[in-house]
Amino acid sequence: MTQSFTHLRRLEAESIHILREVVAEAERPVMLYSIGKDSAVMLHLAKKAFYPAPPPFPLLHVDTTWKFRDMYALRSKAAEEAGMELLVYQNPEAKARGINPFDHGPLHTDMWKTEGLKQALDLHGFDAAFGGARRDEEKSRAKERVFSFRSTNHRWDPKNQRPELWHLYNARKAKGESMRVFPISNWTELDIWQYIHLEGIEIVPLYFSAPRPTVERDGLTLMVDDDRFPLNTGEVPVMKSIRFRTLGCYPLTGAVESTAKTLPEVIQEMLLTTTSERQGRAIDKDQAASMEKKKQEGYF
Amino acid sequence: MSQIYKTDELIASDIDAYLEVHQHKTMLRFITCGSVDDGKSTLIGRLLYDSKMIFEDQLAALEADSKKVGTQGQEIDFALLVDGLAAEREQGITIDVAYRFFATEKRKFIVADTPGHEQYTRNMVTGASTADLAVILIDARKGVLTQTRRHSYLVKLIGIKNVVLAVNKMDLVGYDQTIYDSIVADYTAFATSIGITNFTAMPISGFKGDNITANSENMPWYHGPALLPHLETVEVDATSDQAKPFRMPVQWVNRPNLDFRGFAGLIATGTIAQGDQIRVLPSGKTSHISRIVTLDGDLPQAVAGQSVTLCFADEIDCSRGQLITAAGAPTEVSDQFETAIVWMDEAEMLPGRPYWLKIGTQTVSATVGQPKYQVNVNTMEHLAAKTLDLNAIGVCNVTTDRAIPFEAYGDNHDLGGFILIDKMTNATVAAGMIHFSLRRAQNVHWQATDISRENHAGIKNQKPAVLWLTGLSGAGKSTIANIVERKLARMNRHTFLLDGDNVRHGLNKDLGFTDVDRVENIRRVGEVAKLMTDAGLIVITAFISPFRAERDMVRAMMQPGEFIEVHIDTTLDEAEKRDVKGLYKKARAGQLKNFTGIDSPYEAPETPEMRIDTTKLSAEQAADAIIARLIP
Repeated sequence: MTQSFTHLRRLEAESIHILREVVAEAERPVMLYSIGKDSAVMLHLAKKAFYPAPPPFPLLHVDTTWKFRDMYALRSKAAEEAGMELLVYQNPEAKARGINPFDHGPLHTDMWKTEGLKQALDLHGFDAAFGGARRDEEKSRAKERVFSFRSTNHRWDPKNQRPELWHLYNARKAKGESMRVFPISNWTELDIWQYIHLEGIEIVPLYFSAPRPTVERDGLTLMVDDDRFPLNTGEVPVMKSIRFRTLGCYPLTGAVESTAKTLPEVIQEMLLTTTSERQGRAIDKDQAASMEKKKQEGYF
Repeated sequence: MSQIYKTDELIASDIDAYLEVHQHKTMLRFITCGSVDDGKSTLIGRLLYDSKMIFEDQLAALEADSKKVGTQGQEIDFALLVDGLAAEREQGITIDVAYRFFATEKRKFIVADTPGHEQYTRNMVTGASTADLAVILIDARKGVLTQTRRHSYLVKLIGIKNVVLAVNKMDLVGYDQTIYDSIVADYTAFATSIGITNFTAMPISGFKGDNITANSENMPWYHGPALLPHLETVEVDATSDQAKPFRMPVQWVNRPNLDFRGFAGLIATGTIAQGDQIRVLPSGKTSHISRIVTLDGDLPQAVAGQSVTLCFADEIDCSRGQLITAAGAPTEVSDQFETAIVWMDEAEMLPGRPYWLKIGTQTVSATVGQPKYQVNVNTMEHLAAKTLDLNAIGVCNVTTDRAIPFEAYGDNHDLGGFILIDKMTNATVAAGMIHFSLRRAQNVHWQATDISRENHAGIKNQKPAVLWLTGLSGAGKSTIANIVERKLARMNRHTFLLDGDNVRHGLNKDLGFTDVDRVENIRRVGEVAKLMTDAGLIVITAFISPFRAERDMVRAMMQPGEFIEVHIDTTLDEAEKRDVKGLYKKARAGQLKNFTGIDSPYEAPETPEMRIDTTKLSAEQAADAIIARLIP
């Protein structure tokens, strides 16, 4: 009697295989946990990979202090339920200089996220970091390896990546070098949503529509999540029924107007939509090929 | 604009029903083989576009880009959708493997998009290694070309069983059936000659969309399937893996507490159920399955393609790298193989040098023999070769430092496919496929002798050792080695001096100074030195031995503590100033090739047992220091 597998079960088995390879071969792995839907799926797969043991590595959140409040609420809950240690890192220099998305533009991402990540990895001596990036997200990601090799200063050299054949991943590296590993490389946005639906994975409520206070900036609908948002004189946030397709720093993440309150409704909207997922991200538009450049500098 | 592929009305009308359908989709991974000129990127862009994977913001960017850098005038250049990295755009070529995703209501597709030029053979092999199907593109105006033959050979080599021959750009030959028929006839003749017996041919136009999503009205004479419907329905042999005997390489031993010990892995082939008898290889220990553990509860049975955790009824040894098999149908175990090797590194293959070999979940040390032959990927001719360069494919024997369970690649990709990793740079330097085990390993037995190496050394009243002197030409190795041997002889020690120049007059007179020959030179000297230590001798060697990997290889041959690496250290300037044999002068004048320090590298030892600074010590003093280290 043969069983036939759905695409989701094949993807799940492949991701679990990758997670286990890293744990078997790396000295100090860590999972980068950004609290978004992709992270939620990655964490869920980790629980499956190592059951009945808890995942044998900590979660690391490279914090910018500018995430949505709902994200911070889910962060500790998710770590606790998985039985994992949660490490939160905030770049002290960015903190001291008061780097923020309103006044500092691209420097905000560079200092809090790119630099913050490098500092956190160096501080703890992590030699392999799981990330929830997918190949369908963006052009330069389409060529990213599952095991992405980084030099001692965390740089990604697109011309010097190791060939990956069959299910064989080369995790060998010299001291000081590290790997970024992407277990959900072959998942698409729709796969992620379907899997969340199928497995009943908890995600941040911001993915579902609700009335929220908003303002318009540069063509993006932004949510006023706390009183740090600099309003123009006389400006009053407008309540709108909105939700988010991706989550990042709240002043940089555009919302979509929506009435989707359940997962099937969210998926329905996604399938009928005519714009891509990262369209709501201000960070990708800084310059042509901007993601590729960020990755070379060490952004995960 | 062409038709959009079957927009699904269910999405709008009944999302729950839609999700139910889509959760039961299967998956197909395929590779497209062709060069830029064959319209490969255009075809992939077309598939993404027609299956609605292109969003409005991407389409707007695409339209703008098409006008700016496109090659299709005012029309949309689909190729721009998939030509990723900025560097590639500038060069107008694809230089890596990119993975694309699209889905229809029947299947999810993963496309490996790889370049077709000969210098990117390694990228194509990489993309092909995970593919269930290959689409080989031919430009209808050009017919079967050298590159078509190359792509087909690689597809056959990697063992992709489903092949689609897509004769593209039919719009540019007036949708002419006779042209199509003659190309298919040409290809059939070639394909049969290399063992591709079954393929599906179809006439298409990626640019115009003919025979992509539906049969084209421009070619009423064609009655076969259009491309996308074919990809949606072609039988994938994933289920045939389940009919094979059970095999699962152990990835990780799960031991959260004393009461639980499980073996985690991805099942390569076969089926396993609670109570089944298993055998662990290479140890051969047997037990039976007590539990199949997953987060969603224990399973009564699991099959190929599932990631599971198995528990045994008995406490038997089992660890990462070992193979769990059906007790009654274990695999062969061997340490010598005939293999096909695809070389993927800029640095050439060095026969005799140890590399890491990763197969399944196991990593062992292995050496590759000199190629039996290299294959010309354009003509399939067999060529004589001493080594393999980047993108070269050859048949070579591989020897591992211990016996490993395996299956022939043709029977099992997971247990017969391997990669080679450079021990110094950690780069993945080759992909390999096991043909079969060389029975030699089982037939050449070690002849036990009565007089042991301890007896040999005991008669001589000494401890055997290898004093390995390494350093640049002219550093003083031979001079110092000679003084060391003279002094040891005076102390009634039994010694033998192996000198680089002398050995090259006899044992190694067939070897030159290329990297390949240098590695073999040192390997032979290492083996001879090993025999001499077995005979109880103190061996002194004086070889430049420029590569760390080979010195480490010789070290690994010896008993622990017997190998004493002595770096005769001098600066290049100093050695060149001395130039006792006049070789530096010749090398500088270009009369001597591959000279260490000039146009061939010297890798200084990182942690030698001794370092002799010849700018501070005389040869006599150096010899005394070495003897003091040997006989404290």
